[in-house]
Amino acid sequence: MTRDEITAGLAEILEEVAGVSPDDVAEGKSFTDDLDVDSLSMVEVVVAAEEKFGVKIPDNEVQNLKTVGDAVSYIEAQS
Amino acid sequence: MTRPDVVVTGLGATTPLGGDVASTWDAMVAGRSGVSPLTQEWAAQLPVQIAAQLAVEPSEVLDRVRLRRLDRSEAIALIAAQQAWADAGLADSGLDPERLAVSVGSGIGGATTLLAQDDILEASGPRRVSPHTVPMLMPNGPAAWVGIEVGAKAGVHSMASACATGAEAIALGLDIIRSGRADVVVAGGTEAVVHPLPIAGFASMRAMSTRNDEPEKASRPWDKGRDGFVLGEGAGVLILERADHAAARGARVYARVAGAGITSDAFDIVQPHNEGEGAIRAISKAIADSGVAKQDIVHVNAHATSTPIGDMLEIGALHKALGDHPVLSATKSMTGHLLGAAGALESIATILAIRDGVVPPTINLDDPDEALTLDVAAHKARHMEIPAALNNAFGFGGHNVALVFTRP
Repeated sequence: MTRDEITAGLAEILEEVAGVSPDDVAEGKSFTDDLDVDSLSMVEVVVAAEEKFGVKIPDNEVQNLKTVGDAVSYIEAQS
Repeated sequence: MTRPDVVVTGLGATTPLGGDVASTWDAMVAGRSGVSPLTQEWAAQLPVQIAAQLAVEPSEVLDRVRLRRLDRSEAIALIAAQQAWADAGLADSGLDPERLAVSVGSGIGGATTLLAQDDILEASGPRRVSPHTVPMLMPNGPAAWVGIEVGAKAGVHSMASACATGAEAIALGLDIIRSGRADVVVAGGTEAVVHPLPIAGFASMRAMSTRNDEPEKASRPWDKGRDGFVLGEGAGVLILERADHAAARGARVYARVAGAGITSDAFDIVQPHNEGEGAIRAISKAIADSGVAKQDIVHVNAHATSTPIGDMLEIGALHKALGDHPVLSATKSMTGHLLGAAGALESIATILAIRDGVVPPTINLDDPDEALTLDVAAHKARHMEIPAALNNAFGFGGHNVALVFTRP
């Protein structure tokens, strides 16, 4: 799966869970500061991403995933 | 220090009769039933297959992402509160948030969230349980969401007294303003538990009507053929305001909240006291608190849920505490029983009855119980001058609440 494909997959999840427009989702964007994803919604995003990409994202990793790009890199490395 | 007068300056509701106060009141005065068959698959196994479900789904009002984190009872409380807030014209009034409080309760709370998430837990494990579960099911959730919505910083309160909740939430709002803790209180009740478990529970108590083949005729307070209440869902919210505060900003005033009476039976967890002793005291206290002459209280929106015992005990209590002159309505004949929202919706109906000079009808009162010795506007609305009116609400646990409203 390419980085663009993972980003697109995350954009789908972000739209479903938090109402983020897919146009706003890019690797450099911060989940909390740029996309207004609060802590509870971030939990939903992580669980949905685990399911979608068939990976495990432990809770202690989540705090390191500040940007969409961080999440893409983590998923890319795991899958 | 003299006690401040408290008035109602805004109303909001979403009910089985309509998505707002105007449509609900129009349907009520016209005598329309909001009860219909439960067509959901789960209903087929239940002894009760009817309910009064919302006329307008929350998804038609609130966006999808917002609804993801709201229990249905929270969503409709928010919708009713938004309407009441806009109706009162408080949005840009410069009201100090520290003088604004909330008193919104629910009889049962976020039961449907609890049950849906339990299904997920059983089927998919704990990691799949929504992180929004707790704020969705906590009983203070509706009040807290309303508080965030309007920016209330003088306290957010969530009354829980079963089917008296909505009325007791208003009584608390009255106390808050009288005691000087706030100038404005957003007060009301909400309930949304049209779900197989609560229905099965009430049905096991033999408290619900099983007139499944005639949904619109199932809720029939005071009629000989009554066989239990019909579950309804909805929310009602009132803006209570210190009278001089409302006058200073030139607010439109619907009615005065003249008095409240609250008692408890200390008798049985579900049965009302067998002589209606607690209800008599609540009505008497409300009248005394209001300072209104009994003769001026010419209309009562009764609790009257369509149960065999409760309906007639209330008649006896009204006789003793108020007299034989009031004209009664049982609007639950049309809305079903909104449990924790009932007292709020019926207070709204009581206020609009005063404003419009019309007693809403009690439908399905085809064959009145012999013990019905008070006048009821059966089948059709009755037009009359209503200087003051009373609303009763009683709840499992032995809660009795009566409220007196008057013209402004």
